[in-house]
Amino acid sequence: MATTSIAVTETPLVLYALRRADDALILGHRLSEWTGHAPVLEEELALANIGLDLIGQARALYSYAAECEAAGHDEDGFAYLRDAPQYRNLLLVEQPNGDFAHTMARQLIYSAFADPYWRAMTGSADATLAAVAAKSEKESAYHLRHAAEWMIRLGDGTAESHRRAQAAVDALWPFSGELFEADRSEQALVASGVAIDPATLRAEWNNTLDRVLREAALSRPEDGWMQSGGRSGRHSERLGHLLAEMQHLQRTYPGAIW
Amino acid sequence: MPTPAKPTPAMPTPAKPTPAMPIWEVFIRSRNGLAHKHVGSLHAADAEMALQAARDVYTRRGEGLSIWVVPSAAIIASDPADRDSLFAPTADKIYRHPTFYEVPDEVGHM
Repeated sequence: MATTSIAVTETPLVLYALRRADDALILGHRLSEWTGHAPVLEEELALANIGLDLIGQARALYSYAAECEAAGHDEDGFAYLRDAPQYRNLLLVEQPNGDFAHTMARQLIYSAFADPYWRAMTGSADATLAAVAAKSEKESAYHLRHAAEWMIRLGDGTAESHRRAQAAVDALWPFSGELFEADRSEQALVASGVAIDPATLRAEWNNTLDRVLREAALSRPEDGWMQSGGRSGRHSERLGHLLAEMQHLQRTYPGAIW
Repeated sequence: MPTPAKPTPAMPTPAKPTPAMPIWEVFIRSRNGLAHKHVGSLHAADAEMALQAARDVYTRRGEGLSIWVVPSAAIIASDPADRDSLFAPTADKIYRHPTFYEVPDEVGHM
């Protein structure tokens, strides 16, 4: 890496915005990796559309983080000039695409949370976050619908698609617990009405997952030990590989533009 | 027996039609007051997935307010061999075009 990373002053609000922005960017980047590889043209466009929605959400949140930090950083700096331990995304979203069932299961687990999350955040006391939420809510509602319908068809499809869908849900389930974490820094924002407590979304998330898995004839895994650490920068090696590819150009040719 | 309508190849269709992914014709209404217009076709497993695919393939630039998807197999098309008997007789009935009326200027665009 030819350039040094930026040092971010993570006030609670900056950290909060970065966490949500990183979720959206990393998941959006993962979906972009399907370009040229999707099973059919229709789905290739669908995955790219969803990825672009997410990257749009990330841009708005990075810009707001930059404004709040007021240290001269911008959205590109946050995306391209932070190393893996500075990324605050959920471990779920950095998991590799795997087969199509893995991608859809990951999308379902995330979107079933993001949809009620953004809906609740439209009532945030922070006007910018509320505005981002109002836009993101419509997008995530479609992301959820798309992923849910695919999971139902994969789970209730052929023996092969059922096996793959169940394997994907089982593999990704331990990453679902992190969705509902809120550390002390976030609890302060919850208390002031800026953020919402993700734990309050668990019942709706459970209902969505139960409904989809039942219709998909898939069994819901036990809520056993859950993976954690992404919110504080402890990532799997997967993120490092993703960032190496995503950041290569800006790290090698700083400031390069199209 | 009439042959089914050939889908308009507005975009390259990726896979051969299989029973699992039949072809659907897509119609988009772009504005209130306009009719749904055929925009192309796609492959999808069923009606719900066809609607979603139509949204993703054909409304990415804000083209649509409403989508119809119809199984291609449900479309009954006229036979090209019948073209003369169906359409040729209208060729000499120019009086069906309202071009013989003088429109006063005040009426403006009709």
